[in-house]
Amino acid sequence: MSWIDIGHIDDIPLRGARLVKTHMGCLAVFRTGEAEVFAASDSCPHRGGPLSEGIVHDRKVTCPLHNMVFSLETGEAQGADEGRIETFAARVEQGRILLDGTLIAARGAA
Amino acid sequence: MTRLVVIGAGMASGRVLEHLFEAAPEKFDVTLFNAEPRGNYNRIMLSPVLSGEKSYAEIVTHDDAWYGAHGVTCRFGERVTGIDRDRKVVIGEKGEVVYDKLIVATGSNPFIIPFPGHDLPGVVAYRDLEDTNAMIEAAGTPGASAVVIGGGLLGLEAAAGLRLRGMDVTVLHNVGHLMDRQLDETAGYLLKKDLEKRGIGVITRAATKAIEGDGRVERVVLEDGTSLPADIVVMAVGIRPAAQLGHAAGLEMGRAIKVDAQMRTSDPDIFAVGECVEFDGALFGLVAPLYDQAKVLARTLLGEEDAFRMRELSTKLKVTGCDLFSAGDFAEGEEREDIVFRDPARGIYKRLVIEGDRLVGAVMYGDTADSNWFFGLIKDATDIDEMRDTLIFGPAFQGGGAAAADPMAAVAALPDDAEICGCNGICKGDILKSIAGGAHTLDAVRAQTKASASCGTCSGLVEQVLAITLGDGFQMPTEKPVCTCTELTHEDVRRLIKAKELKSQPAVWQELGWKTPNGCHVCRPAINFYLLADWPLDYLDDPQSRFVNERNHANIQKDGTYSVMPRMWGGITTPDELRAIADAADKFGVPTVKVTGGQRIDLLGVRKEDLPAIWADLNDAGMVSGHAYTKGLRTVKTCVGSDWCRFGTQDSTGLGIKLEKILWGSWTPHKVKLGVSGCPRNCAEATCKDVGIICVDSGYEIGVAGAAGMDLKETELLAKATSEEEAIALVIAFVQLYRENAKYLDRAYKWVAKVGLDWVREQIVDDAENRARLVDRFEVSQSVYRKDPWAEHAKPKPAQRFHLLADLTQEAAE
Ligand code: SRM
Ligand SMILES: Cc1cc2nc3c(=O)[nH]c(=O)nc-3n(C[C@H](O)[C@H](O)[C@H](O)COP(=O)(O)OP(=O)(O)OC[C@H]3O[C@@H](n4cnc5c(N)ncnc54)[C@H](O)[C@@H]3O)c2cc1C
Ligand code: SF4
Ligand code: FES
Repeated sequence: MSWIDIGHIDDIPLRGARLVKTHMGCLAVFRTGEAEVFAASDSCPHRGGPLSEGIVHDRKVTCPLHNMVFSLETGEAQGADEGRIETFAARVEQGRILLDGTLIAARGAA
Repeated sequence: MTRLVVIGAGMASGRVLEHLFEAAPEKFDVTLFNAEPRGNYNRIMLSPVLSGEKSYAEIVTHDDAWYGAHGVTCRFGERVTGIDRDRKVVIGEKGEVVYDKLIVATGSNPFIIPFPGHDLPGVVAYRDLEDTNAMIEAAGTPGASAVVIGGGLLGLEAAAGLRLRGMDVTVLHNVGHLMDRQLDETAGYLLKKDLEKRGIGVITRAATKAIEGDGRVERVVLEDGTSLPADIVVMAVGIRPAAQLGHAAGLEMGRAIKVDAQMRTSDPDIFAVGECVEFDGALFGLVAPLYDQAKVLARTLLGEEDAFRMRELSTKLKVTGCDLFSAGDFAEGEEREDIVFRDPARGIYKRLVIEGDRLVGAVMYGDTADSNWFFGLIKDATDIDEMRDTLIFGPAFQGGGAAAADPMAAVAALPDDAEICGCNGICKGDILKSIAGGAHTLDAVRAQTKASASCGTCSGLVEQVLAITLGDGFQMPTEKPVCTCTELTHEDVRRLIKAKELKSQPAVWQELGWKTPNGCHVCRPAINFYLLADWPLDYLDDPQSRFVNERNHANIQKDGTYSVMPRMWGGITTPDELRAIADAADKFGVPTVKVTGGQRIDLLGVRKEDLPAIWADLNDAGMVSGHAYTKGLRTVKTCVGSDWCRFGTQDSTGLGIKLEKILWGSWTPHKVKLGVSGCPRNCAEATCKDVGIICVDSGYEIGVAGAAGMDLKETELLAKATSEEEAIALVIAFVQLYRENAKYLDRAYKWVAKVGLDWVREQIVDDAENRARLVDRFEVSQSVYRKDPWAEHAKPKPAQRFHLLADLTQEAAE
């Protein structure tokens, strides 16, 4: 798998998120720990709430509009809610955030 | 005999030689170079040498007799400067040696951050005996101070050692918690607490600016202006492989000298071992894998088959009294689950990370007795599915019944002098005494001690003390906890934050036994508010614990755009302000401009990335954020009052503006809205506000606890004031009392209904001194919070946050 460097870990506040624009739309990169990130769709399946604006806790995010909670590891909605967000491979190496390189190539996909 | 030359007499090569001499005593003629003027010693035991618990002689691994017995030619104190692979010679400072086989085992070099002054005498790293002796010498001066830069394993061992030798020690760490590579925040918090207990100062998120001194180090200066006196500075910020020789000799390199699983470099006659190698992309910094490498290398040299394999690593800190353990992997991977156990009474924290049916990581603090068992489960990838529910309790519980975490542990852990009832100054000990004296119900305790007899918000805690003391003899009423992360109610948490002086989120999570690593969207905003309201000077507001509107300083709309609403103090504006608003609306294509119910103008539909720019424009016209998005002061509605109105009795507009200028920026449990009307006709609708003032001929009637949202309720009269100053003081004191006591998300009217208006009156109307203290505390908090968030966030650096982190549509695919 090829990886692309999208920035430094400190560009994202701890328990915060930033957006990355791709050909498949905007995806959110969440920072859940000093050196832990997850990438997932920014759009809540309920009514499109911007998940990057939600409160990040543990490895989960709560949608800012109506409080659905999603696991950032699996993308699954937690508790009684149903729904799923797409997740993407992401990791941190030497302070740099690396995303799945195929995201650049995926022009027009999905 | 094979001529074997070894560069570096360190822990890794020492092990290689031991294996070789044991297996084939006569096979190798060894020449051993070492830059340090001595042979191999147990480097990891330098910490006990530093602290005085051991002497250097006790940590020597190989002495002269050992080298003599094995016929090793020792060239200690001589650095190797090059390798000539064509001639197969090693070039030392004092001459060359021919090799048949060569081992490079040069270890690492400490990394030195080139701060101004990093090369002053008195700045040392922590790597060898020379560094250790320099520190011991500095500690010899009575009253001397040390600053340790780096809060990792080495830095903390250095700090603890220097402290044991009597120095004043401060550790500077650039990340939010200590040992961030091995520990999570809670374990880092407990470690910090333990170190502080033994007199070591710890500054996290410290930004070092410079090391200063005249000819010798004297102090360390931080970016925020803090200056720390220092007779010695220890820089322990990391290591870099000492691999220059390999590079110069043209060996295949990564970040260090690349080796295969047989520890062979790209040259078949040259091997490398220890921290100077890179294997399969990995570097090394702990001895366990180096010993594995040493074994493999010895077998390779003996012509036997073996292969080095990466194993899981674990970390312990060699500081007596700081029992911590960390192993495995927390950082990456999908499908993981956390199990958290906290025992606040005993300062214990354990966290396990599970992936599928395997344990993949563990952090423990305070009780590491079971760490080897957990480490074993990680290393062996044991299937733990059967014991998942009781796993955290360790091997002793497997097969037996598990003890659940005690929900009342936080209260049980309180010392006797912890204050339970803030109103009446009643400590836990007083309550215990009254229970011992026969008070077995809440009412009885209340009658005897006055605990919970005033505002009543500590009733839950008093009940918990009763339950802990009486056991089954007391029936706990069931109040609703904050959320599923805890058993405590909001009121309990607020009291405990004050009583235990908890000043950070990790402190709350640990000391109050939270069940999740860092809360959830329900409790975190509440805890963030409680901490900033109680400790305005110690606690730093955490934007990541706020709902989107408060984090972005604008109200999010259903389409993801935002609304922007500048303050119009008391509803007064000017043609210039109106022009600036109109210009901003044009420039940023604002679709809707609306006059709000709060006497000001709302710009709706602004794009997130435009926010910093529109704020900057409005700032330039002298306007600040209207905080229409906060649990904080919203609006102060006024009427025209005595300035214009023929019925006006006082300057209601002026008083409203004064109040708004005093109160703006403050955070409150829920939003706070004020109204000031110039006469009882009440054109500012003051009688349905959180605080509403009606001006009359004789002064000011101050009403509180009104509502006109989901509930409709008229204000109740708090007091009558004869002067404007008195009216203002009463309002501030009321707001501060609300800030200090109310449950998060209770509007003022709900809170007053719980504590009673009589109690509120006692606090701020009857007791003038208490009123003054409340006003003082409000002012202290406002010294931090009375500032325009727009101006802060429109600055270039914070403004970046409002933009994309990266745009991959602009990158070419490979
Ligand atoms: C803009 C405004 C309506 C308007 O166009 O006039 C408004 C708009 C909103 N109100 Fe309001 N309220 C506005 C005046 C009021 C008033 C009237 C007043 O302040 O005199 C009330 C009744 C008085 C009161 O607060 O008790 C009012 C009672 C509420 C409530 C119910 C509060 C309650 O405790 O019962 C909510 C919901 C909440 O806060 O949980 C709410 C929530 C909201 C929110 C924040 C809904 C949301 O969460 O997104 C709306 C945000 C729109 C935006 O993006 O700006 N708004 N809201 C008014 C802004 C006033 C200002 O200048 O800041
Ligand atoms: C204070 C301290 C505490 C530690 N605590 C622990 C711990 O608790 N647990 C743990 O697992 N690890 C610990 N470590 C790390 C551990 O000591 C190292 O991982 C280990 O020593 C590395 O072994 P090595 O043989 O690769 O390098 P070293 O032991 O550093 O040996 C390399 C030797 O090569 C010499 N050398 C370098 N270049 C040349 C040259 N050009 N010519 C000649 N000689 C040269 C050096 O002088 C040095 O003596 C600690 C380290 C320190 C400093
Ligand atoms: S009344 Fe309802 S719809 Fe109207 S602004 Fe207030 S919250 Fe929004
Ligand atoms: S849009 Fe996310 S919960 Fe409704």
